[in-house]
Amino acid sequence: MGLYATTTRRRIAAVFVLLGLIALPWGMRLIGQEFYVSFASRVLIMALAATSLNLVIGFGGMVSFGHAAFFGAGAYCVAVLAESGVTSAWLAWPAATGVAAVLAVLVGAISLRTRGVYFIMITLAFAQMVFYLVVSLKTWGGDDGLPLLQRSAFGSLDLKDDSTFYFVVLAILAFVLFMLDRIAHSRFGRVIQSIRENEVRMEALGYPVFSFKLVCFSLGGALAGLAGALMANQAGLASPNLLHWMQSGILMVMIVIGGVGSVFGGVVGAVLLLVCEEAFVEITPHWQIGLGLLLLAVVLWAPLGIAGLFGWGRNRE
Amino acid sequence: MTQLILEQALNGLQFGLMLFLLAAGLTLVFGIMDMINLAHGSLYMVGAYLAAEVTQASGSFITGVGVAMLGTAVLAVVLEVVLLRRLYARNHLAQVLATFALILIANECVRIVWGAQTLMLNAPDALSGPVRIGGFLYPSYRLLIIGVGALIAGLLYVLVARTRIGMWVRAGASNREMTEALGINVRLLFTAVFAFGAALCALAGAMLGPLLAVQVGMGESILILAFVVIVIGGIGSIRGALVGSLLVGLVDTLGRAMLPAMLRALFSPEVASSLGPALASVLIYVLMAAILFWRPEGLFPARA
Repeated sequence: MGLYATTTRRRIAAVFVLLGLIALPWGMRLIGQEFYVSFASRVLIMALAATSLNLVIGFGGMVSFGHAAFFGAGAYCVAVLAESGVTSAWLAWPAATGVAAVLAVLVGAISLRTRGVYFIMITLAFAQMVFYLVVSLKTWGGDDGLPLLQRSAFGSLDLKDDSTFYFVVLAILAFVLFMLDRIAHSRFGRVIQSIRENEVRMEALGYPVFSFKLVCFSLGGALAGLAGALMANQAGLASPNLLHWMQSGILMVMIVIGGVGSVFGGVVGAVLLLVCEEAFVEITPHWQIGLGLLLLAVVLWAPLGIAGLFGWGRNRE
Repeated sequence: MTQLILEQALNGLQFGLMLFLLAAGLTLVFGIMDMINLAHGSLYMVGAYLAAEVTQASGSFITGVGVAMLGTAVLAVVLEVVLLRRLYARNHLAQVLATFALILIANECVRIVWGAQTLMLNAPDALSGPVRIGGFLYPSYRLLIIGVGALIAGLLYVLVARTRIGMWVRAGASNREMTEALGINVRLLFTAVFAFGAALCALAGAMLGPLLAVQVGMGESILILAFVVIVIGGIGSIRGALVGSLLVGLVDTLGRAMLPAMLRALFSPEVASSLGPALASVLIYVLMAAILFWRPEGLFPARA
């Protein structure tokens, strides 16, 4: 596996997809299906969360099974702040990102001492800790979650309107993807991908491997926190489900279906998974079997995901 | 007070021994094939459902448990031969996802066959009453679980430490390539270990069925505890799994019973009543993180 590189063709394709997504609310209004604008925001938020995990797993090579902790931490942070009267997105969203980042630094500093299976399990254990802690706190709603009475607002820009909210989410996702693309090509990105390929060699070359991994892990956690903040706003609720380990699993599924270690892998996976779910749940309540079979097929026959099938992933020189 | 502690300690022992039944199979799968099997909890669930179904149809709890163990073992062999074999050479991410897919499929299949409602599995009538031990009454069914768990733990110890097959299993867990080079068919051995582990899972599911609810998703919550156990004990080590199971069972049960009371002595009642359950439920994860912090390979690493 080589390092990630974006070609001009991929960049042009990304611009066209972005233009299509900008036009989406008008298109939906035209065919009278405005409900789907809210659904599209949810898809984009999950895409952001999956992208943040892809940074950790795909680029950093750290198979974290506890990403839901950071996702949920962001959501609860926004909801708790809203309850105490802070509804400004300028304050609440960076706060959510920051809280998730601090949590990720703490979890990462301990977890990264272990490797392999132990790393997978210890990240899962930390996520379970956060899950049970939050669920047993009655002040934060316990099993029912903490409702968000009103969406955050950017000063005078009100996000109550689904289309406005959608555009904000889209702008954030586009910005994060752009930055991730820059990061993948930066010195930091090269080093972290090389650590994924051969940690011992990078250590021998004198790179502070632990620090690089911790920064990568924390950056992923912070972005997940931001996605959580958006999710709480979209759903109007910080739900314990966001912290559940199944959530970590689903995020992993998304990046594997989309493409591990590809900048757009998380987005492709999230869109594919959620759109399929939306479409199939109407037909059969047993969609989970389909999802399971699809996942098995991807794992067995397309290990680099959809991105790998079409050659959008890592360059193979 | 001592009576309460004693009773809770027995409950902890009982829970720990059942955890051990799951963890024993899981740790060997981990240790020998370096394979993460999230679907182990699904085998436990299938075992519990089979036991409930057959017990209801035949009216005999023992028949139910036996059929559940056999059926789950057969299912495990099929799974291993058809799917899991392809995953041994793959990385952990692929294994996690493939077995995660199995969880989704298993849960949905169980929902199709048995519906979404919780199934009832009753303990045999003869064991429904309590028995008097020392100065207090203790449910006889829980005592039976402790007995069965201890018996299986003893049998496993003899099997792993004293027999030739056990020697192969230990050799496979500590160095698979070398064991293969010495002419042991590790693949076949592993299929057998996997089936045996599945039968133990089904036994745990069937025994815990009357105490916990038989429902979809029951496998996942206990699976994570089993993972905590084997990570604490050291992957691939049966002894580690036993120590880890008892530790987790006791700490979890005693923590839930004692911690709120202990906190009440330190803080105001409101703080204690909200903090107590929260702390008790994260106690084992704190234990695991602490053990991994000081001993990243677990208490009894199989690969020295």
